[in-house]
Amino acid sequence: MMDHNHVNCETLLGSLSEYIDGELSPELCREIEKHLAGCDNCRVVLNTTRRTIDLVQSPAEAVPVPDEVRERLFKRLNLDDYLKPKSQ
Amino acid sequence: MINPTPQELSLEKLRAGDRAEMARMVDVFSAPVYRLGLRMLGSPQDAEDVLQNTFMNALTHLSEFEGRSSIATWLYRIAANEALMLIRRRKPEVNIEDLQADDPDAGLMPTQFVDWSGLPENELLSEEGKKALDAAIQTLPENLRMVFVMRDVEGLSIKETADALGLTGTNVKTRLLRARLHLRERLSAYYAERSQHLIREDKNDGS
Repeated sequence: MMDHNHVNCETLLGSLSEYIDGELSPELCREIEKHLAGCDNCRVVLNTTRRTIDLVQSPAEAVPVPDEVRERLFKRLNLDDYLKPKSQ
Repeated sequence: MINPTPQELSLEKLRAGDRAEMARMVDVFSAPVYRLGLRMLGSPQDAEDVLQNTFMNALTHLSEFEGRSSIATWLYRIAANEALMLIRRRKPEVNIEDLQADDPDAGLMPTQFVDWSGLPENELLSEEGKKALDAAIQTLPENLRMVFVMRDVEGLSIKETADALGLTGTNVKTRLLRARLHLRERLSAYYAERSQHLIREDKNDGS
Protein backbone atom coordinates (compact mmCIF):
# COMPACT_ATOMS: atom_id res chain seq x y z
CA MET A 1 0.00 0.00 0.00
CA MET A 2 1.27 3.48 -0.80
CA ASP A 3 1.24 6.56 1.31
CA HIS A 4 0.41 9.79 -0.49
CA ASN A 5 -1.78 12.88 -0.12
CA HIS A 6 -3.11 13.47 3.37
CA VAL A 7 -4.89 10.15 3.57
CA ASN A 8 -2.79 7.01 3.86
CA CYS A 9 -3.97 3.39 4.09
CA GLU A 10 -4.21 3.50 7.85
CA THR A 11 -6.27 6.67 8.04
CA LEU A 12 -8.51 5.38 5.25
CA LEU A 13 -9.09 2.19 7.19
CA GLY A 14 -10.03 4.17 10.31
CA SER A 15 -12.63 6.15 8.33
CA LEU A 16 -13.85 3.28 6.16
CA SER A 17 -17.15 2.64 7.97
CA GLU A 18 -18.09 6.30 8.03
CA TYR A 19 -17.09 6.69 4.39
CA ILE A 20 -19.33 3.76 3.42
CA ASP A 21 -22.19 5.16 5.50
CA GLY A 22 -21.82 8.59 3.88
CA GLU A 23 -21.03 10.33 7.16
CA LEU A 24 -17.82 12.14 6.19
CA SER A 25 -17.34 15.72 5.04
CA PRO A 26 -17.02 16.28 1.28
CA GLU A 27 -13.39 17.38 1.81
CA LEU A 28 -12.42 14.16 3.54
CA CYS A 29 -14.31 12.13 0.92
CA ARG A 30 -12.29 13.82 -1.80
CA GLU A 31 -9.03 13.01 0.02
CA ILE A 32 -10.11 9.42 0.44
CA GLU A 33 -11.08 9.14 -3.22
CA LYS A 34 -7.69 10.55 -4.24
CA HIS A 35 -6.03 7.85 -2.16
CA LEU A 36 -8.32 5.13 -3.54
CA ALA A 37 -7.48 6.10 -7.12
CA GLY A 38 -3.83 5.19 -6.51
CA CYS A 39 -4.14 2.29 -4.06
CA ASP A 40 -5.39 -1.08 -5.34
CA ASN A 41 -5.45 -2.76 -1.94
CA CYS A 42 -7.58 -0.05 -0.34
CA ARG A 43 -10.00 -0.23 -3.30
CA VAL A 44 -10.34 -3.98 -2.77
CA VAL A 45 -10.92 -3.52 0.96
CA LEU A 46 -13.59 -0.88 0.25
CA ASN A 47 -15.37 -2.94 -2.44
CA THR A 48 -15.38 -6.15 -0.44
CA THR A 49 -16.47 -4.42 2.78
CA ARG A 50 -19.38 -2.80 0.91
CA ARG A 51 -20.30 -6.16 -0.60
CA THR A 52 -20.16 -7.83 2.83
CA ILE A 53 -22.67 -5.31 4.19
CA ASP A 54 -24.90 -5.73 1.09
CA LEU A 55 -24.95 -9.48 1.60
CA VAL A 56 -26.11 -9.40 5.22
CA GLN A 57 -28.81 -6.90 4.26
CA SER A 58 -30.08 -8.91 1.30
CA PRO A 59 -33.70 -10.10 1.55
CA ALA A 60 -32.40 -13.68 1.34
CA GLU A 61 -30.98 -13.17 4.83
CA ALA A 62 -34.27 -11.90 6.34
CA VAL A 63 -35.41 -14.92 8.34
CA PRO A 64 -39.11 -14.86 9.26
CA VAL A 65 -40.40 -16.22 12.57
CA PRO A 66 -41.58 -19.80 11.88
CA ASP A 67 -45.35 -20.23 12.44
CA GLU A 68 -44.93 -22.78 15.23
CA VAL A 69 -42.47 -20.47 17.03
CA ARG A 70 -45.00 -17.63 16.81
CA GLU A 71 -47.72 -19.93 18.12
CA ARG A 72 -45.65 -21.01 21.14
CA LEU A 73 -44.73 -17.38 21.83
CA PHE A 74 -48.36 -16.22 21.89
CA LYS A 75 -49.27 -19.15 24.17
CA ARG A 76 -46.41 -18.36 26.58
CA LEU A 77 -47.58 -14.71 26.70
CA ASN A 78 -51.21 -15.75 27.24
CA LEU A 79 -52.13 -13.95 24.05
CA ASP A 80 -53.21 -17.04 22.12
CA ASP A 81 -56.69 -15.61 21.56
CA TYR A 82 -54.93 -13.10 19.25
CA LEU A 83 -53.04 -15.76 17.27
CA LYS A 84 -55.04 -15.19 14.08
CA PRO A 85 -54.97 -13.27 11.83
CA LYS A 86 -51.20 -12.64 11.68
CA SER A 87 -51.49 -8.87 11.26
CA GLN A 88 -54.11 -6.29 10.39
CA MET B 1 -33.59 3.89 11.01
CA ILE B 2 -35.77 1.38 12.76
CA ASN B 3 -38.50 0.35 10.33
CA PRO B 4 -41.61 2.42 10.86
CA THR B 5 -44.46 0.30 12.14
CA PRO B 6 -47.44 -0.15 9.79
CA GLN B 7 -49.63 1.72 12.20
CA GLU B 8 -47.98 3.48 15.14
CA LEU B 9 -48.31 1.46 18.34
CA SER B 10 -50.13 3.25 21.13
CA LEU B 11 -47.99 3.46 24.25
CA GLU B 12 -51.02 4.57 26.18
CA LYS B 13 -52.97 1.44 25.23
CA LEU B 14 -49.95 -0.77 25.90
CA ARG B 15 -49.42 0.68 29.35
CA ALA B 16 -53.13 0.33 30.12
CA GLY B 17 -52.78 -3.40 29.42
CA ASP B 18 -54.67 -3.49 26.10
CA ARG B 19 -54.05 -7.11 25.04
CA ALA B 20 -54.89 -6.54 21.36
CA GLU B 21 -52.24 -3.79 21.24
CA MET B 22 -49.76 -6.07 23.04
CA ALA B 23 -50.37 -8.79 20.44
CA ARG B 24 -49.78 -6.20 17.73
CA MET B 25 -46.50 -5.12 19.34
CA VAL B 26 -45.38 -8.76 19.52
CA ASP B 27 -46.16 -9.27 15.83
CA VAL B 28 -44.41 -6.05 14.77
CA PHE B 29 -41.18 -6.80 16.64
CA SER B 30 -40.94 -10.58 16.89
CA ALA B 31 -39.03 -11.00 13.61
CA PRO B 32 -36.18 -8.61 14.50
CA VAL B 33 -35.96 -10.00 18.05
CA TYR B 34 -35.90 -13.57 16.73
CA ARG B 35 -33.21 -12.71 14.17
CA LEU B 36 -31.11 -11.02 16.84
CA GLY B 37 -31.34 -14.18 18.93
CA LEU B 38 -30.47 -16.35 15.94
CA ARG B 39 -27.45 -14.24 15.02
CA MET B 40 -26.20 -13.92 18.59
CA LEU B 41 -26.70 -17.52 19.73
CA GLY B 42 -26.54 -19.36 16.41
CA SER B 43 -29.35 -21.84 17.12
CA PRO B 44 -33.12 -21.68 16.48
CA GLN B 45 -33.84 -23.12 19.95
CA ASP B 46 -31.82 -20.40 21.68
CA ALA B 47 -33.33 -17.75 19.39
CA GLU B 48 -36.78 -18.88 20.51
CA ASP B 49 -35.72 -18.57 24.16
CA VAL B 50 -34.48 -15.01 23.50
CA LEU B 51 -37.78 -14.24 21.74
CA GLN B 52 -39.98 -15.59 24.55
CA ASN B 53 -37.91 -14.09 27.39
CA THR B 54 -37.77 -10.69 25.68
CA PHE B 55 -41.53 -10.37 25.33
CA MET B 56 -42.27 -11.92 28.75
CA ASN B 57 -39.96 -9.32 30.24
CA ALA B 58 -41.36 -6.51 28.11
CA LEU B 59 -45.01 -7.26 28.88
CA THR B 60 -44.22 -7.54 32.60
CA HIS B 61 -42.50 -4.15 32.63
CA LEU B 62 -44.67 -2.24 30.16
CA SER B 63 -46.25 -0.16 32.91
CA GLU B 64 -42.77 1.06 33.96
CA PHE B 65 -41.70 2.01 30.42
CA GLU B 66 -41.60 5.79 30.38
CA GLY B 67 -41.29 6.26 26.66
CA ARG B 68 -37.99 8.14 26.83
CA SER B 69 -36.73 5.95 24.00
CA SER B 70 -38.86 4.44 21.25
CA ILE B 71 -40.60 1.12 21.87
CA ALA B 72 -38.26 -0.41 19.30
CA THR B 73 -35.09 0.75 21.08
CA TRP B 74 -36.52 -0.38 24.42
CA LEU B 75 -37.30 -3.85 23.02
CA TYR B 76 -33.88 -4.13 21.39
CA ARG B 77 -32.30 -3.28 24.76
CA ILE B 78 -34.25 -6.06 26.49
CA ALA B 79 -33.50 -8.49 23.66
CA ALA B 80 -29.77 -7.67 23.78
CA ASN B 81 -29.69 -8.30 27.54
CA GLU B 82 -31.59 -11.57 27.19
CA ALA B 83 -29.23 -12.72 24.43
CA LEU B 84 -26.12 -11.80 26.44
CA MET B 85 -27.47 -13.56 29.54
CA LEU B 86 -28.08 -16.70 27.51
CA ILE B 87 -24.58 -16.51 25.98
CA ARG B 88 -23.08 -16.27 29.47
CA ARG B 89 -25.07 -19.31 30.51
CA ARG B 90 -24.22 -21.29 27.37
CA LYS B 91 -20.59 -20.27 27.11
CA PRO B 92 -19.33 -19.17 30.54
CA GLU B 93 -15.77 -19.04 29.19
CA VAL B 94 -16.61 -16.16 26.83
CA ASN B 95 -15.50 -12.79 28.09
CA ILE B 96 -18.10 -10.44 26.67
CA GLU B 97 -16.42 -7.33 28.03
CA ASP B 98 -13.38 -7.71 25.79
CA LEU B 99 -11.43 -4.55 26.51
CA GLN B 100 -9.94 -4.50 23.03
CA ALA B 101 -13.38 -3.96 21.52
CA ASP B 102 -13.13 -0.22 21.95
CA ASP B 103 -9.47 0.14 21.07
CA PRO B 104 -9.58 1.88 17.68
CA ASP B 105 -6.20 0.46 16.66
CA ALA B 106 -6.69 -3.17 17.61
CA GLY B 107 -6.74 -5.77 14.86
CA LEU B 108 -7.78 -3.61 11.95
CA MET B 109 -5.09 -4.33 9.37
CA PRO B 110 -6.48 -6.33 6.42
CA THR B 111 -4.42 -9.24 5.13
CA GLN B 112 -6.74 -10.53 2.36
CA PHE B 113 -6.79 -8.59 -0.91
CA VAL B 114 -8.79 -10.79 -3.26
CA ASP B 115 -11.53 -8.73 -4.91
CA TRP B 116 -14.56 -11.03 -4.80
CA SER B 117 -17.03 -8.13 -4.84
CA GLY B 118 -17.84 -8.72 -8.52
CA LEU B 119 -18.90 -12.34 -8.07
CA PRO B 120 -22.49 -12.92 -9.24
CA GLU B 121 -25.37 -12.92 -6.73
CA ASN B 122 -26.17 -16.56 -7.43
CA GLU B 123 -22.67 -17.48 -6.25
CA LEU B 124 -22.66 -15.16 -3.21
CA LEU B 125 -26.20 -16.04 -2.13
CA SER B 126 -26.03 -19.76 -2.95
CA GLU B 127 -26.70 -22.16 -0.05
CA GLU B 128 -22.96 -22.52 0.35
CA GLY B 129 -22.36 -18.78 0.19
CA LYS B 130 -25.02 -18.13 2.83
CA LYS B 131 -23.51 -20.81 5.07
CA ALA B 132 -20.10 -19.16 4.76
CA LEU B 133 -21.62 -15.79 5.66
CA ASP B 134 -23.47 -17.20 8.69
CA ALA B 135 -20.34 -19.00 9.86
CA ALA B 136 -18.28 -15.81 9.46
CA ILE B 137 -20.81 -13.84 11.54
CA GLN B 138 -20.59 -16.50 14.26
CA THR B 139 -16.81 -15.97 14.50
CA LEU B 140 -17.27 -12.32 15.55
CA PRO B 141 -16.67 -11.71 19.26
CA GLU B 142 -20.06 -11.22 20.97
CA ASN B 143 -19.67 -7.51 21.70
CA LEU B 144 -18.78 -6.75 18.08
CA ARG B 145 -21.46 -9.08 16.76
CA MET B 146 -24.19 -7.37 18.79
CA VAL B 147 -23.33 -3.97 17.30
CA PHE B 148 -23.02 -5.44 13.81
CA VAL B 149 -26.38 -7.24 14.03
CA MET B 150 -28.20 -4.13 15.22
CA ARG B 151 -26.59 -1.71 12.80
CA ASP B 152 -25.99 -3.73 9.63
CA VAL B 153 -28.47 -6.60 9.84
CA GLU B 154 -31.40 -4.79 11.44
CA GLY B 155 -30.58 -1.33 10.12
CA LEU B 156 -30.63 0.67 13.36
CA SER B 157 -28.82 4.01 13.31
CA ILE B 158 -25.61 4.56 15.27
CA LYS B 159 -27.61 6.47 17.89
CA GLU B 160 -30.33 3.83 18.19
CA THR B 161 -27.67 1.11 18.56
CA ALA B 162 -25.83 3.18 21.18
CA ASP B 163 -29.08 3.79 23.10
CA ALA B 164 -30.08 0.13 23.02
CA LEU B 165 -26.68 -1.06 24.23
CA GLY B 166 -25.83 1.74 26.64
CA LEU B 167 -22.70 2.64 24.64
CA THR B 168 -21.41 5.94 23.30
CA GLY B 169 -21.74 6.64 19.58
CA THR B 170 -17.94 6.51 19.31
CA ASN B 171 -17.87 3.02 20.85
CA VAL B 172 -20.54 1.86 18.43
CA LYS B 173 -18.59 3.23 15.45
CA THR B 174 -15.34 1.61 16.60
CA ARG B 175 -17.01 -1.76 17.17
CA LEU B 176 -18.88 -1.54 13.88
CA LEU B 177 -15.69 -0.87 11.93
CA ARG B 178 -13.91 -3.77 13.62
CA ALA B 179 -16.85 -6.09 13.02
CA ARG B 180 -17.11 -5.16 9.34
CA LEU B 181 -13.38 -5.59 8.76
CA HIS B 182 -13.33 -8.91 10.63
CA LEU B 183 -16.20 -10.25 8.52
CA ARG B 184 -14.67 -8.94 5.31
CA GLU B 185 -11.43 -10.70 6.16
CA ARG B 186 -13.22 -14.01 6.81
CA LEU B 187 -15.31 -13.83 3.65
CA SER B 188 -12.27 -12.83 1.60
CA ALA B 189 -10.37 -15.90 2.82
CA TYR B 190 -13.39 -18.04 1.96
CA TYR B 191 -13.83 -16.61 -1.55
CA ALA B 192 -10.09 -16.71 -2.27
CA GLU B 193 -10.17 -20.45 -1.63
CA ARG B 194 -13.48 -20.86 -3.43
CA SER B 195 -12.21 -19.15 -6.60
CA GLN B 196 -9.22 -21.53 -6.62
CA HIS B 197 -11.71 -24.42 -6.56
CA LEU B 198 -13.70 -22.90 -9.40
CA ILE B 199 -10.57 -22.41 -11.49
CA ARG B 200 -9.55 -26.03 -10.87
CA GLU B 201 -13.07 -27.24 -11.79
CA ASP B 202 -12.96 -25.18 -15.01
CA LYS B 203 -9.59 -26.68 -15.92
CA ASN B 204 -10.83 -30.20 -15.26
CA ASP B 205 -13.94 -29.57 -17.37
CA GLY B 206 -11.78 -28.31 -20.22
CA SER B 207 -9.37 -31.25 -20.29
